[in-house]
Amino acid sequence: MSLLTRNKAPKIAEHNAGRKLFGSRAATIIVWIIAIVWTIPTLGLFATSFRPKIEISETGWWNLFLHPHFTFANYSAIFSTSTVSGIPNGIMPYVINSFVITIPAVIFPITIATMAAYCLAWVKFRGSDLVFYGIFAMQIVPIQVALVPLLNLFTGGVHIGSVTVVPALHIAGKFLGIWVPHTMFALPLAIYLLHNFISSLPRDLMEAANVDGASHFTVFRRIVLPLSVPAIAAFTIFQFLWVWNDLLVALTFTGGTEGIDPLNNKLAGLAGTWGSHWELLTSSAFITILVPLIVFFSLQRYFVRGLLSGSVK
Amino acid sequence: MSTFWKDNLPKLGQMSAAIAIFLSVLAVIFFIAGRANGKKQRPIAIVVFLGPALILLLFGLLGPAIRTFLLSFKGSASKHWVGFNNYQWLFTDPSMRIVLRNTVFWILLTPIVTTGLGLLLAILLDRMRRESVAKSLIFMPMAISFVGASIVWEFVYKYANPNQPQVGLMSSIARHLGFEPPNWLLTQPLNTFLLMVIFVWSQTGFAMVILSAAIKAVPADIMEASALDGAHGWRLFRGITFPMVRSTFIVVLATMVVATLKLFDIVRASTGGNFGTSVLANEMYSETFIRYDAGRGAAMAIVLFLLVIPVLVYNIINLRRERTIA
Repeated sequence: MSLLTRNKAPKIAEHNAGRKLFGSRAATIIVWIIAIVWTIPTLGLFATSFRPKIEISETGWWNLFLHPHFTFANYSAIFSTSTVSGIPNGIMPYVINSFVITIPAVIFPITIATMAAYCLAWVKFRGSDLVFYGIFAMQIVPIQVALVPLLNLFTGGVHIGSVTVVPALHIAGKFLGIWVPHTMFALPLAIYLLHNFISSLPRDLMEAANVDGASHFTVFRRIVLPLSVPAIAAFTIFQFLWVWNDLLVALTFTGGTEGIDPLNNKLAGLAGTWGSHWELLTSSAFITILVPLIVFFSLQRYFVRGLLSGSVK
Repeated sequence: MSTFWKDNLPKLGQMSAAIAIFLSVLAVIFFIAGRANGKKQRPIAIVVFLGPALILLLFGLLGPAIRTFLLSFKGSASKHWVGFNNYQWLFTDPSMRIVLRNTVFWILLTPIVTTGLGLLLAILLDRMRRESVAKSLIFMPMAISFVGASIVWEFVYKYANPNQPQVGLMSSIARHLGFEPPNWLLTQPLNTFLLMVIFVWSQTGFAMVILSAAIKAVPADIMEASALDGAHGWRLFRGITFPMVRSTFIVVLATMVVATLKLFDIVRASTGGNFGTSVLANEMYSETFIRYDAGRGAAMAIVLFLLVIPVLVYNIINLRRERTIA
């Protein structure tokens, strides 16, 4: 799944692709029209979250811009520690749960995947290509098929006949019980992307280190890790967005344990229980969206570079 | 506030401890394994580097996939073998017909629309002087969860009875244009296409960013040479630009096909699969976790898997070719 043809990226691309297909002004206008259309739905949510409850059900959100009437009441309601919103302590505990779930669920798979990718790229052995293609193929296993077997593993262990292969782990309903599945499900894509990048590191560098007698562990720490930062950052964005926005894995593995629900799940639940409380729902939704947006915009310059540099040499 | 921190500080502590333990265990293993030398060094390195990933994949994906394959030939309680009954039901049941039809619609339409629109935007962006803000705005929906997206789009597709004010964007526009809006998400087969719009909205930015990078990597001298030969506009695009980015285009298309097949959240969060909008991945969840028919759910998973195999084979062939060039 190489994303680019193997061409040298030119520093100055003067006569580029569609240069003659559209005039510069026409292109700008079309792109901006699409960008505005793309933003309107999100703007509607954002605007609604600042409107008083009564107005939301009576007039469309665009009226906020026609007759400005802002309120921060919705936001103070969802963060209030007295039960204004109907949930004790407001949504802040769920924000914290989301961070507690997401940060390790990003660090664990990236570390393990970088190690595996280095091994498959530079410590080749008989069958290592087969292992690589096998891992690549696992990307398409729908995670729905893995939920029940994993849940059984956590609560009852694995038995073949009467022989216990793995004892019950008792980690369902704990944070560890969410970190582990997220780590497992992230590995195929992570190993694939990082392998692309790491295998394109200069061969001379690796050979020089080997001649100097550095062990694979030293090479990994001193050379591979520092040079792989763009790819690691790109995957960090992917994985952060995926875990923060995940519904299915958390729904299955929190097992209804109230203390560890992440924000996105709470939001999905509230969409049912709050029903007509659009003022609370939209402001909570906006908080849910805000965090990944910040992560995304602060790391986006790595995104393309890290994803593509494996295939652009 | 103090009870708040009493509840929540331990969680943060648990998180920090987990990360610290994970990293120090690794450091210790690296330290010990790094001291081995001579012949043992390579096998030890392979086990340490690859072992954790393989164990996790074995229990997390490979084992469950094999188990699902076996379950698809068993009955609802997974006790008796039923041969191909589940598959037969899948392809003959009238309600499943709608699900399969929708899935086919999704596969035929959304990947090509998303990737095509992404390509158009990439070409346009290339023609612009300053692109960053517009580009970020179009890319932004990718960071929004489908639960969030379903709430966002609720304000677009919302419908109210004729005698009430319309607060949904499309309903309001329809009324301004002089006709009474339909109840968008309940009207078949319109609702399936409206859900596709959410997917296109969320994924076009990804296609655009990748294709935009591919277009920028087309060597300038090729462009100049063909421009001198008199290739302009559409001919330049068809003759030079598209062939140069074709492999990227197909990879993005394949990624979208896989994403479409696994699609679950949009349907689940906006209609729950009701009103004739369900797709295979959603039905699989309902069958397994709501109707508790593990056999039928497993059979659907296997059909999904089989549908993705051509994409997978194509990608692996591509990958092998590139690795031999490299």
